[in-house]
Amino acid sequence: MKTRKADPKGVLTGAHYLDGDFALAEGALAAGCRFFAGYPITPSTETAERFSERIPFVGGMFIQMEDEIASITALIGAAWAGQKVMTVTSGPGFSLMMENIGLAAMQEVPLVIANVQRGGPSTGLPTLTGQQDMMQARWGSHGDYRIIALSPDSPQECFDLTIHAFNLAELYRVPVFVMTDECVGHMHEKVLIPPADEIDIVERKWHQGPKDKYLPYQPDADHVPFMIKAGDGYRFHTTGLTHDQRGYPVINAEVQDWCVRHLIDKIDKNADKIIKLEEDQVDGAEVVVLSYGITSRVTIKAVQDARRQGIKVGTIRLITVWPFPEKRIQELAGKVKAMVMPEINVGQVVKELERSVAGRTKVVGVPHCGGWVHDPNDILKAIKEAAQ
Amino acid sequence: MSPDGKNPIENFLRMDRIPHIWCSGCGIGTVVSSFADALSKSDLDLDKVAIVSGIGCTGRVAGYVKLDSFHSTHGRAIPFATGLKLGNPELKLVVFSGDGDIFGIGGNHFIHAARRNMDLVVICVNNFNYAMTGGQVAATSPIKANLSTAPYGNFEYPFNLPYLAEACGATYVARWTVLHMRQVTTSILEALNRKGLSLIEVITPCVTLYARRNRLGDGLNLLKYYYENSEVRHGADTRTLDIRFQEKITCGKFIDVEKPTFLECMNAHLTKTLGDKYRPYGV
Amino acid sequence: MSGKIYFGGLKPQRGEIHINRDRCKGCGFCVEYCPRDVLELSEEFNKKGYHPPRIKNEDECCYCQLCEAICPEFAIFVTLHSEEEEGENTESRP
Repeated sequence: MKTRKADPKGVLTGAHYLDGDFALAEGALAAGCRFFAGYPITPSTETAERFSERIPFVGGMFIQMEDEIASITALIGAAWAGQKVMTVTSGPGFSLMMENIGLAAMQEVPLVIANVQRGGPSTGLPTLTGQQDMMQARWGSHGDYRIIALSPDSPQECFDLTIHAFNLAELYRVPVFVMTDECVGHMHEKVLIPPADEIDIVERKWHQGPKDKYLPYQPDADHVPFMIKAGDGYRFHTTGLTHDQRGYPVINAEVQDWCVRHLIDKIDKNADKIIKLEEDQVDGAEVVVLSYGITSRVTIKAVQDARRQGIKVGTIRLITVWPFPEKRIQELAGKVKAMVMPEINVGQVVKELERSVAGRTKVVGVPHCGGWVHDPNDILKAIKEAAQ
Repeated sequence: MSPDGKNPIENFLRMDRIPHIWCSGCGIGTVVSSFADALSKSDLDLDKVAIVSGIGCTGRVAGYVKLDSFHSTHGRAIPFATGLKLGNPELKLVVFSGDGDIFGIGGNHFIHAARRNMDLVVICVNNFNYAMTGGQVAATSPIKANLSTAPYGNFEYPFNLPYLAEACGATYVARWTVLHMRQVTTSILEALNRKGLSLIEVITPCVTLYARRNRLGDGLNLLKYYYENSEVRHGADTRTLDIRFQEKITCGKFIDVEKPTFLECMNAHLTKTLGDKYRPYGV
Repeated sequence: MSGKIYFGGLKPQRGEIHINRDRCKGCGFCVEYCPRDVLELSEEFNKKGYHPPRIKNEDECCYCQLCEAICPEFAIFVTLHSEEEEGENTESRP
């Protein structure tokens, strides 16, 4: 893993008062992203607008494409040209991008997609919050593949986690999702942007050896193949069809097995390095509350109240939602009385929780159809119910 | 049995993947041959030429050509190529795909790439159907033609591709049949040597599907039809270039104009509005 | 030699035809469009069951390379016959 310091041209060092959307754009620029192709969609448009204002001075490309499908496809092309690339969208655009998210996963292209989630399904609540695309981030495209998804809980995290998303994308040659939501996206808070030399950027895993020995999809020891870009004389081929190490399509079950298992192993076998959690008082807890994104901030109030009432509550905040921390949950299952999971959806990541727990602990979900954040009392009620 | 000496086209092909999958009598191989001829005649550094195809019979071209080649999803070759071009403006981009891919599912992307005068060479092989999936009706299928999803004959109006391209803002538009191999090479060469959105439509036989379903014979019969019915009219009004079922095909170069490309427009405009603070991109 | 006299670049060129029999798919384009009727479809089958072309009349080949340009299978190409020198105004595929 090669790192370098951030390019100061893209780093707006200082203390700022920004909303989450703007912070996503600043995070991208700080991470070295110089190519953005997107399409306007509420509540994410401000990210695109901010990028389009800043990029002529930082140096790079902003293009508003004709739709989200063109946006994600242009990102894949630009990534093959050697760029760090990002787009931002919300539910309906996310759905449109799905086919080519699969293409990016198949061609192992590093890219960052921010989804500022809103109430769904369909056109839903364009201007109000939701966390209803979490399963879609994981399973949205057809076929078997793995991705990484992060969930910021504040504009500061929108900045920090976008940089982290770019680093993960380069480390694992995979699409990485920053699953924020309208609440965090439109919330204005203090964002501290450090000096460029305090920001570590992971460089792309470039191939260094002789050109004629290069195999585009030969995994390295860490399961990640070395990458190249167009224009360097490799004359390589890449396709969305099932392919072998040469990148050429081969249509049979043996190569399918090799190809798909590689995409799965790349993330599954590196999951321990990828998963990031924020835990509080989990040891000895009776009830553990899992949450992510904006809901984790609402949960703080409910947990404070519960602790004041004498319930031993621990919290786990999922900073990475995918891959899901199965191992940690399996450790805790059977040791805690119950786990509570509020989400602004009718129960999505809680299903992963239930699956990991495998019946050894009571799981209480706190669903919410969207449009606003939870009332902390609803979460408190669930914690009390769980503690019985 | 290898001949003595090497076929010069082999320098441009991934010989480990030849023979290709196209049917006997299919014209796609000939268009690839004309393309290779144009590449060899051009002064371009072939390491900097990238080719993008979509899905379909013509979409397989990327897999056979020895350039940095990208096989994208159905209809999305043009935005993929746009990303490559804007990501590294030094690259020369060629989109090589079929009529169904570029103008069916990919129609919107063509419209906008032409509108922006994106610097791309688009080679569209038109065989009037979706061949790879079995010969379904396409946006270019003539009225009356029999196709697998128009089993009683097509009744939808087809596109007139040069007219569409001109209306969208394409700055170079030519149409040939595959029988006009040398003119195809010339048009591709002209397109490679210029900037802006160039469209070269090449009408080709589809023996196994379009020709068989319409009892048009084999590749030779279709080439004979092109020979007897094609007429070269350079600069013709694109509104007159409809192709009716087994009727006249007007070929030639219809549009060839100079107009700033997307990047040239962007750089010119931002330099004018932002002055010294803006450093032109890709220059 | 036939004893004729040629002036400058007017000497007709002759081509040497190379056929990759097993790559051929028997479409017949080269046979049909050769301007000098140099080729015909052979009676034999190749590995895939097609009838590849055979050279009927190599002396008639004028190195136009049309067969090379039209073949969809990259299965035929023509080189300048070794006895000839290149004329001044040839445009040939490299």
